[in-house]
Amino acid sequence: MKSQLTQKYRYSLILLKELVITEFKLRYQGSALGYLWSLLRPLFLFIILYFVFVYFLRIGNDVPHWPVALLLGIVLWNFFSEVTNNGLTSIVNRGDVIRKINFPKYVILLAGSVSAFINLLLNLVVIAVFMIINHVDLSWSALLSPMYVIEVFVFALGLSFILSTIFVRLRDMNYIWEIIMQALFYASAIIYPLSMVIQKSPEIAKLILLNPVAQAVQDARYTLISHANPTLYHLTNENVLISLIPIVIVIVVTIFGAWLFKTRSPYFAEEV
Amino acid sequence: MSDRLTTQTVLRVKNVSKNFALPHEKNSSIKSGIVNIFKKRDTSVEVQHALKNITFDIQKGEFFGILGRNGSGKSTMLKILAEIYIPTAGSVETHGKLVPFIELGVGFNPELTGRENVYLNGALLGFSRKEIDARYDDIVKFAELEDFMDQKLKNYSSGMQVRLAFSVATRAEAEILLIDEVLAVGDADFQRKCYEFFKSLKKLKKTVVFVSHDMSAVREFCDRAILIEASEVIAEGTADKIANQYTRLFIDVSEDESNVPQDNERWGDKRMVFTDVKIVGTKQLNDDTPALKFSAEFIANRDIETIVTGSSISNSAGDEVCGTNTEHRR
Repeated sequence: MKSQLTQKYRYSLILLKELVITEFKLRYQGSALGYLWSLLRPLFLFIILYFVFVYFLRIGNDVPHWPVALLLGIVLWNFFSEVTNNGLTSIVNRGDVIRKINFPKYVILLAGSVSAFINLLLNLVVIAVFMIINHVDLSWSALLSPMYVIEVFVFALGLSFILSTIFVRLRDMNYIWEIIMQALFYASAIIYPLSMVIQKSPEIAKLILLNPVAQAVQDARYTLISHANPTLYHLTNENVLISLIPIVIVIVVTIFGAWLFKTRSPYFAEEV
Repeated sequence: MSDRLTTQTVLRVKNVSKNFALPHEKNSSIKSGIVNIFKKRDTSVEVQHALKNITFDIQKGEFFGILGRNGSGKSTMLKILAEIYIPTAGSVETHGKLVPFIELGVGFNPELTGRENVYLNGALLGFSRKEIDARYDDIVKFAELEDFMDQKLKNYSSGMQVRLAFSVATRAEAEILLIDEVLAVGDADFQRKCYEFFKSLKKLKKTVVFVSHDMSAVREFCDRAILIEASEVIAEGTADKIANQYTRLFIDVSEDESNVPQDNERWGDKRMVFTDVKIVGTKQLNDDTPALKFSAEFIANRDIETIVTGSSISNSAGDEVCGTNTEHRR
């Protein structure tokens, strides 16, 4: 049974592995420091954010370890943004190969997201270092945090299936997505603490957390850094049904995306 | 019963048609999309029939040619066989592992080294890392690029790139190979290597589908061929017969265009007219000298006292290879 399954996906697996290796090699192609940049970029980003938001604007003083929570949010958002933005153009960018040979197209998207995921893991190493420096107390709930990283990963991949399929026929999609991402970034409580919103309107805070990315970031902050970061579960007075809405959104988007991609991908070669 | 696939048929194409929707003005941006909403819809899409009701079978071990002029639909046919395009109607049955060579070096990335490209291109052809590892030395040796494998592909000459791509391709273990115009690239030395590869494929009894404009290659290697013209199969038969028919396509066109052709196919004032020129026999004088015997018929439209006839043979590039005339012979 197992060998039958690997036989069926043998070609996909070979291709996936090779494309991930390629993307990995090409990511910092020609730069002297190479993969060190995956560590240096979040580090410098953190220093800048720290000065702007904590030192000058004095935002988030009421949240313990806010700078670390801020960095975690930015890193997860950047990962989400990278997977969807690269995913959107990836089919069109590989049009040359698609027109020459038949292969499972989803491998392209999977390879891009796995490569971004490896980069995310390196970024998370930097966050771990800052957590230690800031004396963040780890609780048992930290064991739940990988779940939220996976949630962001699946959501981004599901969206990529939809976006890349649309982009093949509608080349405006990248500009539309750029605008949506800008709006979502400010509407996802990434660079400001959610407590600021709750003070003004708890209803808006709940609305913000229905977005799976905002919910996952907030839950990751809660489980990993400090319980002072309120989650959807707490804001809705532990209403399980409402708390499940973001998860349902992720599942629906991913299943729809996979279906759309599977239906349309046989025609990519002639449309791209 | 007759529809059943016999054990010998490895590729069966049945009533395959392919249509492409060609929007006059492709709605690939929102602006033109919105503008086009207000226009009549029926003018915006034209259906192009790239292939109409194509049927043929290929037997195991056959070297099968697909011939046709540019734009006739033969490349679309090859892409349907390779499952790159989905046919609009009809079906294709394939038995055995099929590897397409629509182009050499698919997926080659100029920023990667020769070595890395071998693994990437190999993966697209279905090779795992381990399988490439086992063939790697062979591939490099065949491509004669031992000293360049750790250099980036962008520093390769185009000839080196083709050699590397071809070297990987020849290692592909497939039962059915689709080959499109590979011979069109490369120098004489490379073409010789290609011919040797084709000979080895024939010897190994591989099934090969071959698309080419090179009639000498078609005559030499193909057992059978089809001729596609204006999206339809207009002839099927032995390679020689189909290659002749293909060549005639071009002659017919030049006669249709004008009764007194202006090009160097025919010229003169028609006092005498050649009515037929044909090869009547070939034989081998010795190991590497073939002899050709041909006959020419002509009619005189007026009385003429003395005539001198001449002949000259040119190669496909238009250079004269040999020639003679009756005045000279005297």
